[in-house]
Amino acid sequence: MNIAVLALQGAFIEHEQILHQLGVQTHEIRQLSDWQKPKDALIIPGGESTAQMLLLKQLGLFHPIREAIFNGLPVFGTCAGMILLSKDHLGTMDIEVRRNAYGRQLGSFHTDGKVDGLEGHIPMTFIRAPYIEKILSPQCHPLSTVDGHIVAARQGKQLATSFHPELTDHLGMHQYFLQMIQEKESCQLTA
Amino acid sequence: MANERQDLNRQLAQMLKGGVIMDVTTPEQARIAEAAGACAVMALERIPADIRAAGGVSRMSDPKMIRGIQEAVSIPVMAKCRIGHVAEAQILQAIEIDYIDESEVLSPADNIYHIDKTKFDVPFVCGAKNLGEALRRIAEGATMIRTKGEPGTGDVVQAVSHMRLMQSEIRRLVSMSEDELFEAAKQLQAPYELVRQVHETGKLPVVNFAAGGVATPADAALMMELGAEGVFVGSGIFKSGNPAKRAAAIVQAVTNYKDAKMLASLSEDLGEAMVGINEQEIELLMAKRGE
Repeated sequence: MNIAVLALQGAFIEHEQILHQLGVQTHEIRQLSDWQKPKDALIIPGGESTAQMLLLKQLGLFHPIREAIFNGLPVFGTCAGMILLSKDHLGTMDIEVRRNAYGRQLGSFHTDGKVDGLEGHIPMTFIRAPYIEKILSPQCHPLSTVDGHIVAARQGKQLATSFHPELTDHLGMHQYFLQMIQEKESCQLTA
Repeated sequence: MANERQDLNRQLAQMLKGGVIMDVTTPEQARIAEAAGACAVMALERIPADIRAAGGVSRMSDPKMIRGIQEAVSIPVMAKCRIGHVAEAQILQAIEIDYIDESEVLSPADNIYHIDKTKFDVPFVCGAKNLGEALRRIAEGATMIRTKGEPGTGDVVQAVSHMRLMQSEIRRLVSMSEDELFEAAKQLQAPYELVRQVHETGKLPVVNFAAGGVATPADAALMMELGAEGVFVGSGIFKSGNPAKRAAAIVQAVTNYKDAKMLASLSEDLGEAMVGINEQEIELLMAKRGE
């Protein structure tokens, strides 16, 4: 399996390291020619969503990525990646997201929480994190809530978390994503 | 608890990697920087080139001015305090700044001691010219390091020297046998634990950016090539002819620093670069402040 990791800005190397631990090959997407290589899935990492969004557009990656996700390419977005998948950005996931929902850096925190489909509690690191304010369609399902806010969701082959599984040594979320990629049923998106 | 805070602060720096942090002096400039793709802004009253020109004592910026910039943008906002000025740092923490730069660009408040940054909840970035300095700052609690370079000059030579020196000192530590690390720690004047960590991992335990003299997309690409994980651009943007265009070009250059064709087109028609002064022409070497 080969997973493309969006490497425009942010913590992309951390995702690559976890995927390598799980025996998965990766390649970095920095421009259109990188995107044209074969891939089984895409990861959009944490970082600054405004910077990543701008670079997606300037480098001509916005529409090809959007189209590929609508056509069923599995995608996993963490933090800024979740913002990019939401309405008003790539718009492939039917979610409304509140940016910097916990305030500035002093509001960043670490906790343990439960995620549907994963056993036990998993470590969750929130860095100037967003959360999902609203799920806009029945195709999208919340997977986890922390303090009453939705911090993980899945819609077909799309997965998004407010927290950063790539910053912890727990491999659960990435294993969940790998299983998702291998599931047979095709994309459930209607759009 | 203190360690968890330090982890979170190191992790915020990880999120800034591959990005450009820009000096801004007004909310308007902050908006231009954000729209150009900055991953954070540094709020200060005067950019280093003007601090140099003005002379005199240079201090922390007016908190009201910093708050104006916090309100103008959604990306992280950093601000500078003087080396060793605990009270300025407390003030910046009180206004919930995202990162404090304990910076040699301002006049030092203490000729011997840096701030004990482990006592703070907000993160600190500090400048360093070599590995020893970097590890001393990390021991004091800095959760991000940048090269000092020579601020406000538009001359990249010092940032290059500092980054090259740090990288070669790291490679040297990696190649040492374990029993040599004690002496290495003594020579570096840095804690043995941190020295051993660098020996094992081959990198600093925190994110390392380039700063001080970056003025063009090519300068930024050069620093990335030398191992910087991102770039601070101080005077280089808003002292140039077309700040918005130059800022966007530097952001793209950092992402695609290995693609010379793209760098060539990014370097076209940027208008006038900041005039720049070279190190021999200046009397005040900011990099010498705070070893």
